[in-house]
Amino acid sequence: MTATVASVHPETASARSLTIDVPGWRGNIAGQHVDVRLTAEDGYQAVRSYSLASSGPGATLQLAVDRLPDGEVSPYLVDDVLPGDQLEIRGPLGGWFVWEPSLAGSVQLIAGGSGIVPLMAMIRSRAASASTSPFRLLYSVRNPDDVFFRAELETPTPGLEVTWAYTRATPTGWPRPTGRVTGDDLSAHCFPASENPAVFVCGPTGFVEAVANALVLLGHDPARVKTERFGGA
Amino acid sequence: MAVISRGFGSRRRESDDSLPPGQYLTKDFPVLSAGPTPRIDTADWEFSITNETGVVSRWNWEQLHALPIEDIDTDIHCVTRWSKLGTNWRGVSLDTLFKDVDTVYEHTMAHCYGGYTTNIPLADLLDGKAWIAFDFDGEDLDPEHGGPARLLVPHLYFWKSAKWIKGLQMLPQDQPGFWEQNGYNMYGDPWQEQRYW
Repeated sequence: MTATVASVHPETASARSLTIDVPGWRGNIAGQHVDVRLTAEDGYQAVRSYSLASSGPGATLQLAVDRLPDGEVSPYLVDDVLPGDQLEIRGPLGGWFVWEPSLAGSVQLIAGGSGIVPLMAMIRSRAASASTSPFRLLYSVRNPDDVFFRAELETPTPGLEVTWAYTRATPTGWPRPTGRVTGDDLSAHCFPASENPAVFVCGPTGFVEAVANALVLLGHDPARVKTERFGGA
Repeated sequence: MAVISRGFGSRRRESDDSLPPGQYLTKDFPVLSAGPTPRIDTADWEFSITNETGVVSRWNWEQLHALPIEDIDTDIHCVTRWSKLGTNWRGVSLDTLFKDVDTVYEHTMAHCYGGYTTNIPLADLLDGKAWIAFDFDGEDLDPEHGGPARLLVPHLYFWKSAKWIKGLQMLPQDQPGFWEQNGYNMYGDPWQEQRYW
């Protein structure tokens, strides 16, 4: 399907979100992704998958893309693309790492870096619906400047608790020292295993691997922990 | 006619005839799993093949290693578009494991520790096309990559090479496994670009 870039917005020094209009789009569930296909003037093509930060029936979608230093598609989307430019998308794709407002029960979201994108779609899906499912988000970033969707996440939302974890540098006076998310962080800030929450973990492989292992050690049912990983091992 | 994306293409990668359509080359070994990594002690590990009459052929870790072990040099292709060329594995051929299995069924479902499943036609597991692999690049296979042992079916997209393999169940008809129920192709030939439904 042909998509036209409607607007671009910087999220961090290395990432930006793109709003795209896709006439004929039939909607998507929170957590799904799309394949983006780019064609150069000489016919050369490249396709990559990106999670959607948006969900629902509308034909306006949002992607948020982090620049990979040796990438060929992400630098174009982060640095070059302008409103009015066109690309092609296929989707929605993926039926596993998804949340729908009809699902009852607590939802624990755990994001590392740009892994926030599909989880943001879930937060927005909940906010746009009548769902009363309690949500918690634990969001790990390197520095305060690396936060995606900061203003939106800092706006208090009933039923959504957000906890920030910084791995390299914190805001001034921040109580938690810098460091990777540990089992203690998960115990302190996440729904306990006894509540049997649906857990969604998304981020770089090392982050997801460490968090998912710690969740299992804390007694979470592995079948309730859904993961999405990106990046090299 | 494809839509042209203005100004795209300045950072393109070199093409390589070893790559199926739509794939790019990586030197990393990315990890893709739907949930936490199961931890299986080789003392508890076993692999089985179950036929239509319920006869189970079973191997524990020592029994598997007592069979002829092959070196496998192969390219692998993930549906998420990375390919890795010239990877080195060691494992036992499915031809060896199926030698005494009596079946007329033509389909299989792979079952894994942790609950993952994927469907593969029997013909794609035989004739030197598939292995139970337990060694990657001269080292024990990492749990993240499916250790202690995974199915290796490199001529299909890599989600068919089920991590943490536990057994194969013979089936009379093709049935979708885990990713096949969640949007991915029933067969998954990278050269035909059979990614999705």
